[in-house]
Amino acid sequence: MAGKTLYDKVWDAHVVRSEEDGTALLYIDRHLIHEVTSPQAFEGLRLAGRQPWRVGSILGVADHNVPTTDRASGIADPVSRTQVDTLDANCTAFGITEFRMNDLRQGIVHVIGPEQGATLPGMTVVCGDSHTATHGAFGALAFGIGTSEVEHVMATQCLVQKKSKNMRVTVKGHVGPGVEGKDIVLAIIGELGTAGGTGYTIEFAGEAIADLSMEGRMTVCNMAIEAGARAGMVAVDQTTIDYVKNRPYGPTAAQWEAAVASWQDLHSDEDAVFDKEIVIDAATIKPQVTWGTSPEMVVPVDAVVPDPAAESDSVKASGMEKALAYMGISAGMPITDIAIDKVFIGSCTNSRIEDLRSAAAVIKGRRKADSVSVAMVVPGSGLVKQQAEKEGLDKIFTDAGFEWREPGCSMCLAMNADRLEPGERCASTSNRNFEGRQGQGGRTHLVSPAMAAAAAIAGHFVDARAF
Amino acid sequence: MQKFEVETGLVAPMDRPNVDTDAIIPKQYLKSIKRAGFGPNLFDDWRYLDPGAPDADNSQRRINPDFVLNQPRYAGATILLARENFGCGSSREHAVWALTDYGFRAVIAPAFADIFYNNSFKNGFLPIALKEEEVDALFKACFANEGYSLTIDLAAQTVSTPDGEAYHFDIDPFRKHCLLNGLDDIELTLQHRAEIENYEARRRQEAPWLFGGA
Repeated sequence: MAGKTLYDKVWDAHVVRSEEDGTALLYIDRHLIHEVTSPQAFEGLRLAGRQPWRVGSILGVADHNVPTTDRASGIADPVSRTQVDTLDANCTAFGITEFRMNDLRQGIVHVIGPEQGATLPGMTVVCGDSHTATHGAFGALAFGIGTSEVEHVMATQCLVQKKSKNMRVTVKGHVGPGVEGKDIVLAIIGELGTAGGTGYTIEFAGEAIADLSMEGRMTVCNMAIEAGARAGMVAVDQTTIDYVKNRPYGPTAAQWEAAVASWQDLHSDEDAVFDKEIVIDAATIKPQVTWGTSPEMVVPVDAVVPDPAAESDSVKASGMEKALAYMGISAGMPITDIAIDKVFIGSCTNSRIEDLRSAAAVIKGRRKADSVSVAMVVPGSGLVKQQAEKEGLDKIFTDAGFEWREPGCSMCLAMNADRLEPGERCASTSNRNFEGRQGQGGRTHLVSPAMAAAAAIAGHFVDARAF
Repeated sequence: MQKFEVETGLVAPMDRPNVDTDAIIPKQYLKSIKRAGFGPNLFDDWRYLDPGAPDADNSQRRINPDFVLNQPRYAGATILLARENFGCGSSREHAVWALTDYGFRAVIAPAFADIFYNNSFKNGFLPIALKEEEVDALFKACFANEGYSLTIDLAAQTVSTPDGEAYHFDIDPFRKHCLLNGLDDIELTLQHRAEIENYEARRRQEAPWLFGGA
């Protein structure tokens, strides 16, 4: 019998029961909740007179609606405030641990889970948010769910699931200097397409993935959903174990050795069979920039904007034309000729300490271009912010004319006050370049933190490796 | 949950690939803490010419006459015809709530994003995957014939055209059963309470660190 993939192993360990048709009841170890996708689930619990199955499995935080400027005066937008207040009230009523807006530990749900050790290797982790895939960096099975499933997990600690197929994306060899996790995953999405991973769990493997820090691996897994895969995973190694050690919600000292011993098996067996395998040569990956309105519309920084006329698939070609019209650029234009208005460094993809260090290294001693109206840095959590300030990164940013903000989702999706105005163009370290994502009519180009920093200095896209 | 058995209805064509859930229901409307009332803001950025807000009176806004759902011939449509990777992006179930609140009962496309597909079944809304060439044929027929309607029969797993052609679609038997009978799957899962408790007790022994309370 063939060996098991990492996904097979974590899946099998969580099956409570399975039906003949393969439908399984899957046990959920960790449930992260935030203010946007939970209120209707709590309402459902109340209407049915149900209690959460295991309150200790749930960790709540408000991240999407929180302001990133002055928090002393609370949330100005009454609709946003109601949503955050509702989360606070629900967590209090049901006895759920929540990091409130002014708690130092508050931050983006996908940053704080790992930071607190609430995400551990081999766990099943869910959240009403598609970027839950992030936590797969720990050899966990982590995926986004809808609000009905949020309610289901709260009520039963389980989900009714069908197993996905197995895909492995191997990034062979090593990337060059200045090429980051973000560039790797954008290059993968460019290759796979935005629906290439639909129906699969993707395991990211190869030297270039093993070389990454946990922060880099989280960036890669975070965007598995942008290739259509609900979950991305990376095998556990010493880097994983070192990161997890001594986190507040991790194993106690007495449990540590047994936990580490059990994690040694969290990798695909050598004879495991994948339904689909993709191999990418790391040495060919350059810094990436998206040009369109889907993350698959991506090219290296030294390329030109692609021509829809060269696309043989008519549905695809018309999609490209719509994207070019929306983005206000034309085919054949060099990427480095695209001038930007704003810069956003943040989001669950790229707001961790390593991301901020990378951007700061580019910026140090320079100033943002005058043509860039706003360049903002939004740390992923209060603890990331504190660490960055300890290292003096905030000073590097503010000296360069950047704004140093409070933690939250911010302009990744513009549910709070941070947004693009119609027609504005942004170099963004977030995960989605959909129409209107960062504000109605706004134009988003996805890049790595170093590339966003370099664009802020130059006023247009430029190869960050030249800095 | 609302049952789904047979639906005969007018078809509206959404002729673009990768329609994401941000497009289906933009973020500003996600601030609601209710499940209802998203219909007027379905496809908001494409549907109106001026920006909207959660508390705005949508009847006072400028309609985009070019947007497909604003064309009189598609008024009252209950079946949405779409292209590949429909519902990609964010996990927001609000996208399904907006489609059902608007009046749609089903969507037909060559392929769907996983989370959207999953969310649909929890709301009595049927996502049907047909072959690309079949979807293409439906688009052509829909554009060519005003008042074009289809009949979806979930029990028979067919989509029937006015000229008598029937396309078969696949659906997971468990989901089909729940949808045909309007079953609440939390109640179904809780029928296995003892098994969940046994599993949990065993795992607490094997891997107690997984139960470190937050």
